[in-house]
Amino acid sequence: MRLTFREVMLGVRRSPLLSTLSVVTIAFSLFAFGLFGLLVLNVDRALRGVEEHVEIVAFLADGTLPEAVSAAMGDISAFPEVALVQQVSPEQALARARAELPEFQDVFDASFLPPSIEVRLKEGHRDPVSVKDVTQRIQTYPFVDDVRYGEDWVKKLYDIRNIAGAAGIALGLLFAAVAVIIIGTTIRMTVLARSREISIMRLVGATDGFVRRPFLVDGFLKGLVGGLLALLLTWGASSVISHNLIQTSFFDPGIATLGVIGGGIIGLLGSALSVGRHLRRV
Amino acid sequence: MIRFSHVVKEYPRTGLALQDVTFRVNKGEFAFLTGPSGAGKSTILRLVIVEETPTAGEVRVSGSLTSSLPRKEIPRLRRKIGVVFQDFRLLEDRTAEENVAFALEVTGAPRDAISARVSRLLTQVGLASKGTSYPKELSGGEQQRVAIARALVNDPVLLVADEPTGNLDDRATRGVFQLLRDINAAGPAVLMATHNLELVKRTDYRVIEVNRGQLVFDSAEGNGAGVVSTSTPT
Repeated sequence: MRLTFREVMLGVRRSPLLSTLSVVTIAFSLFAFGLFGLLVLNVDRALRGVEEHVEIVAFLADGTLPEAVSAAMGDISAFPEVALVQQVSPEQALARARAELPEFQDVFDASFLPPSIEVRLKEGHRDPVSVKDVTQRIQTYPFVDDVRYGEDWVKKLYDIRNIAGAAGIALGLLFAAVAVIIIGTTIRMTVLARSREISIMRLVGATDGFVRRPFLVDGFLKGLVGGLLALLLTWGASSVISHNLIQTSFFDPGIATLGVIGGGIIGLLGSALSVGRHLRRV
Repeated sequence: MIRFSHVVKEYPRTGLALQDVTFRVNKGEFAFLTGPSGAGKSTILRLVIVEETPTAGEVRVSGSLTSSLPRKEIPRLRRKIGVVFQDFRLLEDRTAEENVAFALEVTGAPRDAISARVSRLLTQVGLASKGTSYPKELSGGEQQRVAIARALVNDPVLLVADEPTGNLDDRATRGVFQLLRDINAAGPAVLMATHNLELVKRTDYRVIEVNRGQLVFDSAEGNGAGVVSTSTPT
């Protein structure tokens, strides 16, 4: 390993410009990937935020006994999909309406509003099928007049999430593939710059493994440094956007670490591909 | 040591480089390989160091049939062969010592054994005081001596030299050639490709001559045309 690191350091010392160029190229291709990741993360969080507002409202018939409502609420809160059940009195409903809708500013009598039960669902159960299923179960209570959950809205929201998720995966894979190709090409330049050395190494009896090792370590380290730089750039971009445009979320430390290690792995892969191809030729 | 049996080498783009070449070089022997440019000398050397395998026929080096040698065994065979080239092929950013040590390091030799062996070899080739010099600080003859020390560092049984004096002046040529003779006297067989007929005529070593991909003369067999009449001096 000592020899491997010595060879890596020699490579960097011999061609500092090429090494810097490799790291910068890796950093920028991962930065593009990072920006895309940031976009996916924020769109996902925004959609999750909207999703939290998915709720089922069951309007109760006039004269429903409070005991029956309490018993039903107990039942409903025991549904595995349900996160929260709360009763909304006509007065509370009017107070909300007055706060949210200007046309209710002059309305003071709440008696025309029916009492209701609001049901919020747990994460993972806010898709149209689950929502409809819970709605149907709530509808079976005899004192429930009507149940609403914004069927079209939930469906559209879910479609957007699915499209965003699929686009995220497809574009993410594309970005990753482009990063591997760019990094592979950059590292290939390093390998070509050292082809004379590789042929001498092989001439004196170096095994393929011995020849390959410094390049793999070199690719991994450059990928790691490039990944760190990309993380810094992405963080900078995220801060600028948060300050000037819109509040954005940044990757949590686990994802950020994974991203940097991912950079190292892409560097390693790019190196392995370039060296492997070169070794077959010389 | 080296055995070529009816060797044919054909390249897809340039065609036949060797046709039905058969010869052997024995253990401890010194043989010149001569012939005009493009005659097939370098192809023969590349076949010996397993940079190529024959299209037909057999090449055996130190008992190994090169065409059926697994890829991972090739480095092991190469460690038994020292190679010297006309252009020295030294690593420019390493000192003479480091260039020689490098050939030992790739074999995984222990660190403390390397420096002692390297300084002994540099002394043997007459460069004891130039160990810390970089190739560009050395003359052509000195660079070739470093290359020879590197070729010897793994105790090869065979030394292959491709025009080792091609870039050297007369004095350096004599020195390098004498060094190769001394090495041969100590044991390893030497196969030396050269255009330098003066050098060939000066000794009674065996001469194998190729022309247009065919073996046209082998002094060990005493057949064909003479070395002087068919070779093209540089």
